[in-house]
Amino acid sequence: MKLARWCRLTTLLSVAAVSIVISAASHAKLEIVITEGVNSAKPIAIVPFKYEGQSSLPENLTEIVANDLRRSGKFNPIAFNQMPQFPSVDSEIDYKAWQTKGIDTVLVGSIVDMTGGQFQVSFELVDVLRAQVTGGQSKALQNGQLVMSPDHIVESREKIIRTEDFRQYGHIISDIVYEQLTGEKGAFLTRIAYVIVRDRENDPLPFQLVIADYDGANETRLLSSPEPLMSPNWSPDGNKLAYVSFENKRSQIYIQDIYTTRRTRMTDFPGINGAPAFSPDGKSLAMVLSKDGNPELYVMDIQSRQLRRITRNRAIDTEPSWTPDGKSLIFTSDRGGKPQIYRVNLASGGTKRITFDGEMNLGATIAPDNSKIVVVNRTDGNYHIATQDLTSGDMMVLTRTYLDESPSIAPNGSMIIYSTLLEGKQVLSLVSLDGRFKARLPVADGQVKSPSWSPFLL
Amino acid sequence: MLQTKAIKSLIIALPVVTLMACSSGPSDAELEAERNRAAQEASQQAEESRAAEQARVKAESANQMQAAKDMMKKEREALESKQVVYFDFDRASVKSDFHAILDQHAAYLSKNPNQKVVIEGHCDSRGTPEYNIALGETRAQSVETYLLNAGVSSSQISVVSYGEEKPAVMGSSEYAFAQNRRGVIVYQ
Repeated sequence: MKLARWCRLTTLLSVAAVSIVISAASHAKLEIVITEGVNSAKPIAIVPFKYEGQSSLPENLTEIVANDLRRSGKFNPIAFNQMPQFPSVDSEIDYKAWQTKGIDTVLVGSIVDMTGGQFQVSFELVDVLRAQVTGGQSKALQNGQLVMSPDHIVESREKIIRTEDFRQYGHIISDIVYEQLTGEKGAFLTRIAYVIVRDRENDPLPFQLVIADYDGANETRLLSSPEPLMSPNWSPDGNKLAYVSFENKRSQIYIQDIYTTRRTRMTDFPGINGAPAFSPDGKSLAMVLSKDGNPELYVMDIQSRQLRRITRNRAIDTEPSWTPDGKSLIFTSDRGGKPQIYRVNLASGGTKRITFDGEMNLGATIAPDNSKIVVVNRTDGNYHIATQDLTSGDMMVLTRTYLDESPSIAPNGSMIIYSTLLEGKQVLSLVSLDGRFKARLPVADGQVKSPSWSPFLL
Repeated sequence: MLQTKAIKSLIIALPVVTLMACSSGPSDAELEAERNRAAQEASQQAEESRAAEQARVKAESANQMQAAKDMMKKEREALESKQVVYFDFDRASVKSDFHAILDQHAAYLSKNPNQKVVIEGHCDSRGTPEYNIALGETRAQSVETYLLNAGVSSSQISVVSYGEEKPAVMGSSEYAFAQNRRGVIVYQ
């Protein structure tokens, strides 16, 4: 069901139109440039899958998997010319040859053209270190009998896919490999939403809300507007985006279904209507409204549109973000003089300051495992992405880029996507939560900002 | 002006010329008819001249009004060329350098109670977009408060914050930052 929806997106979006919108799929790819952290990654071999068939393949499956794993920062897929052999099944693997190359894990596989746009994809993830020990012939007791137990084959799958499924099946293989080897769920079958600002002088609709696969493929425009678009935020089911639009010369919050492209205006209060954030159960929207004089946090029940005011003071309160249990919000407030991060319990209203390091801390979100918050930290006038451990309170600055803002965490908590200034242009960048891996997603035409990482889509 | 004088002298001259022409011995009835005709003509002339005079006065006052309008337009254009006030980093208070400019806007708006303005609040690109929306609103509000205190009616003013979304100058130089931290009074 979910996979089917995933597939339908591109086709649907390219035909549907929304009031002020021209929906157009642009195929400009975001080429990811890894700037730091290749050395600390674990070597792995993604052997090109053997192909039996006549029709040309729509995508290079092995390349998709290798790129995914490389971009995770945790793996370093070796080059083809470094490979001692090109096996397609476990039985063809010369374990020793790979071991002497320092490779512990090998992914092998094959693709068979079933004709009619269908392909059978088989793959095996092989632990050559284990296979060296057992000679690939380990036995185990089963019902009192000693039987063959190929425990060096970590994972083995076979599936028939269609021509148009190649990209996402590549991401699915990456997810399987990643989870088997790290114990953490992969986030390769996810998307990012972001805003592109084209030339404001010459483009009549310079502000564009865009979604793309996490790797920048399938970039699809959801909305184009003459006035600013801000703060896209995904619904937990991955079907909708909440965002702020100034199309009526003032800020208003909208929710848009990304598959049907139908949009609903949620707020039109005097003053600020900003920073929408779906609750973990998808039923409420935290937001900032200044209708009563200054920016305060509110929670709106999406069904009934009933509002509940959460903060009440003379300072700026903004950037609400839900804790994973949905019981609290963390937010930015300058009630202490300069903007810092606070946490408010929605039931009791009890509020506590969380950040103390640096001149300012803004735009916080909590990691999915509840262990850390990710913030924009200002120290010595520099704005960088940082994490603060919620137990120890230790803050660690992760980036060295310039004017970093809008950090958004991958749903598996492995990576942060954020907006930064590179040579006078706003671009998207990636940094792992431990700060070791860094990469950049350059986009040629316009300023790219406000990235938001989708939840798991499968 | 000249034309009006000419018409006036005609009104006086016409009956005299007519009387002289008829002095050779017309009948009483003829004289009577002639007097009636002359009187009628005279009153018609007077009527026409009154209308002309009225039109002249009207045109003159319209001219005066146009001049006043032109002056107002000029005044407004002058104000619109001074529509921006600048703020310090992470600050929203109106600096005293801009009091004189805002006083001029306030005076104009008080004189023209039907004139509406939108005050836009903007920020430089440092900090997060959402925080800057809040900061931009605070900036626009302090401009609003200044104008209200100077006697402008609240019904004339509305406020919108664009945060860092509409920079006046692109780039990340101190100059660009300073140009972008601004409040803009936009006449509607």
